This record gives sequence, structure tokens and C-alpha cells, in this order.
Amino acid sequence: MEVHRHLDEELDRLRDTVLRLGEEAERALLQAMKALSQRDDAIATEVLAHDDDIDQLEVDVDRQCIDVFALRQPAARDLRFVMSVAKMAPVLERIADHACNIARVVIELNKEPELKNHVRIRQMGDVASSMLKAALDAFTRRDPVAAREVIKRDSEINDLYNHIFHHLLEMMAQEPSTATRDARLLFIAKHLERIGDYVTDICELTVYMAEAAIIKHRR
Amino acid sequence: MPISTSFAAPKFEVKSRTSLVSTATKVAVENLNFFYGRTQALNGITVEIPEHMVVAFIGPSGCGKTTFLRTLNRMNDVIPGTRVEGTVTIDGQNIYTPGADVVDLRRKVGMVFQKSNPFPKSIFDNVAYGLKINRMTSSRSELEGRVEEALKDAALWSEVKERLKSSALGLSGGQQQRLCIARALAVRPEVILMDEPASALDPIATSKIEELIFDLKKQYTIVIVTHNMQQAARVSDLTAFFLLGKLVEVNTTEKLFTAPDEKLTEDYVTGRFG
Repeated sequence: MEVHRHLDEELDRLRDTVLRLGEEAERALLQAMKALSQRDDAIATEVLAHDDDIDQLEVDVDRQCIDVFALRQPAARDLRFVMSVAKMAPVLERIADHACNIARVVIELNKEPELKNHVRIRQMGDVASSMLKAALDAFTRRDPVAAREVIKRDSEINDLYNHIFHHLLEMMAQEPSTATRDARLLFIAKHLERIGDYVTDICELTVYMAEAAIIKHRR
Repeated sequence: MPISTSFAAPKFEVKSRTSLVSTATKVAVENLNFFYGRTQALNGITVEIPEHMVVAFIGPSGCGKTTFLRTLNRMNDVIPGTRVEGTVTIDGQNIYTPGADVVDLRRKVGMVFQKSNPFPKSIFDNVAYGLKINRMTSSRSELEGRVEEALKDAALWSEVKERLKSSALGLSGGQQQRLCIARALAVRPEVILMDEPASALDPIATSKIEELIFDLKKQYTIVIVTHNMQQAARVSDLTAFFLLGKLVEVNTTEKLFTAPDEKLTEDYVTGRFG
């Protein structure tokens, strides 16, 4: 039927736009962590330069959601899909913002000698990236089981953050001359910890979309 | 299309929209079958309609929702060759019991139709009609009071109070429909059946009817048939989905339009049916 075909096309377009936003957020995070490990200002600058495009994608998702709500009045699974996407877009945009913040810290860190022993931060970045990728895959497949598995992994990020936090505090106490750089690394760890929380939000929206179950604030 | 034939009588834990009203059962339908000659139009319908709620019936054309509505005040009795099986009880009384007073039933269960059907009489006489033929008032002043009350309840009084003796046919479509609602209300029914009451009206007149329905449920139990799913979502506490003469799902309206239990319902409310 013609009307249904149009609705399906609009929903497909909306899904494609939010997935593009997700891919860009994921890429920003990977590049920011690459800039950290390679001490590369150019990569960090590229992450920052790309942020406006990511903001624009969020606006595009907003507009498409408003159009579908206003013109199609979606119900049931379509309503849950559009609602989830509308709430997911700002979360993805914030993940990209955190990636930009990491890139800014990298540029500051690169002005000073390299601090060793931040392997755990790179590990934390890997976990956050793989969680984000798995969350977007679960959303694409409308897979609540996979989404719940990703949510469980948030504790990995939190454990790593706590470890890094204490380690860096010790470093600051032992070697005050590196305190500024330690503090910058702590900021990066905090950004990654927040990204873990946002990935959890994405997964909760996927569960709502698939099962109509609201699981946020219930863990 | 295969459909499961057994649907348990739904019980509702009604929240939000309906938390302030009673949920005692007003109308109970059990295993209702209806036949036009050899054609079975309704198949094993079992549902409870709670008091002081708006229940919407949705479904594609020919699914049986209007036929079902008309079984609730025995309007189908006037069609030759029809047959009913099962029970319909209102306040515990089976309306299909032999010897049941159909006139009293139709006073108790009023009906508003898709197309407004005012009599070619004055506005006053339209509303007074049921009161007069049922001899429900004992004086002119009582009659006038009941007409005013009905017109106020139908949210029409302020628009017609200066021209009660004018012809009802001079009213707009929306006003005529509210006049028909006033006519139904005048005899103080307990249940109001509405068959597509706003389908011929513009959005403003539709909005007035919908606001009226919302107000009327404080006093009445309302059953509405509508093709307009957004309208069902806006006005009803419970929504029932009919298909091929069977009741597929009854649920709170919020649930039915956001996360229905049955896949067939989901396909229908998302417009992917057929």
C-alpha cells in the first residue's frame, strides 16, 4: 500500500541518518584515542573539525523525527522506533562531544613530554569503542538481548575508571611535577566513563524499542 | 488470515487516565455470536465494558464493530433474518432474555449515529421528543428544564438558547450532531453508543464532540465505534480491535497504541494491514 510504503521509506531514512550519526560518533572516539596514543595533533584537530558535521546530523534526525510525528502519527513499534531515535540522537551527539573534549586534552598533553603508564586509559578507550559499536549493532538488529549484554559491560568501564583514578592520584602525590598531565589524563578517563553511561542509554532505548520495556533507572 | 479464536475476557488494571473513576462492569458480553441469515458476523465475542469509561472499537470496514455496537441495544432486532447467541448483560440483566423490555433498554442505552439525524422540528422539540413520547415529565417547566439540562450537557446550550424554536435543520453539521447527543441525553441513559459520531465533521466540530465525550464519561458509560485511530487514541480509556467478526485484543488505550499484545493489532495500528 502506497501510504505504508512512504512511512517505511521515511523510517528507513531516519534509521540511516541516526546510524550515520552513530558511525561518526564512533569514528570521533576512535580517532581521539588514536590521537592520544600516537601523540598526533593533526588527528585531534581533525576530530574537532568534524564536530559541526555531527551536530548537523543530530539536527537532521530531529527534523526527520518531527516530520514523522507530525505527518505520519506513528503507533506501536513505529512510535517506539521514532521515539527511541529521537532520544538517541542527542546521546550520540554528546558522545561525539566527549570525543572532542578528549581531542582537546590530547592537544594540551602533546605540548609537554609524554607520560608513560597510561595503558589502562587506552584499554578503557577500547572498551568504550567496542561497547558503542556493539550498542549500534544491537540497535540496527533491534536486538534487546545484545543490548542488555552491552549494558552489563558498563561495569568494566567503571572498574577501569576507579583503577585509573586511584593510580593517577598516587602519581600526583609521588611526582608533583607531572600533576597537571596526570589531571589531564584523569579528564580523559572521566570522558570515557561518561561515554560508557551514554552507551548504556542507547541500549536502554533499544530495549524499549524492541520490547516496550522501560528499563532505565531500574538497575 | 488465521486468527486465534480464544480471547479471554480482559481484566484491566486501569491507571492514569481512569484512576478517578469506578471500574465496575457496566456491560458484560459473553460468547456473543451474531448471524445475518447464514452469515456469521460476530464470533465468540467476550468483553466487559467498565462503568464511566470510554471504550473505542476499531477495525477495518466490515469487521463487525458496528454490528457489535448495535447488539448492545438490540438495534439489530429490526433487521429480518438476524440471530443472536450468547449473552449481553447490563447491570447484571441479560438484555436478550425473552420478554425483556426493548423500549426501556433503548432508553437506558442511547445511540448516536454516523450521520446526524435531527427531526424536521424545532431545536427544542428535537430534544423534548423522547421525554414526550415516554411521558417522562409532568409539567411544561420540568420539560423545559430537562431540555436545557440536556443541551448544556451536550455543550450546545450557549449556541442555541436564543433560538430554541428555530428549525434544527438550520444548525451546522457539528451542531446537529451535538443536538442528536442532547436528544439521546435528555432521557437520561446510562450507556451511550456512538457509531462514527464525528466522521462527517470538520476538525473543529470533531474536537468539540471529542471534548464532549471526555466530559460525558463522568456521568455515562460510552462505547464508540471509529475508523479514526487517532480519535480512538484521543478519547478512549480502553480500545478494542475487531477483525473478521472476532475480537482480537482489548487493552488500555495507551498500551494498545504503544505496545499491543497481539501482532495483528500491531499490524493494524501501524497501518501495515493487508
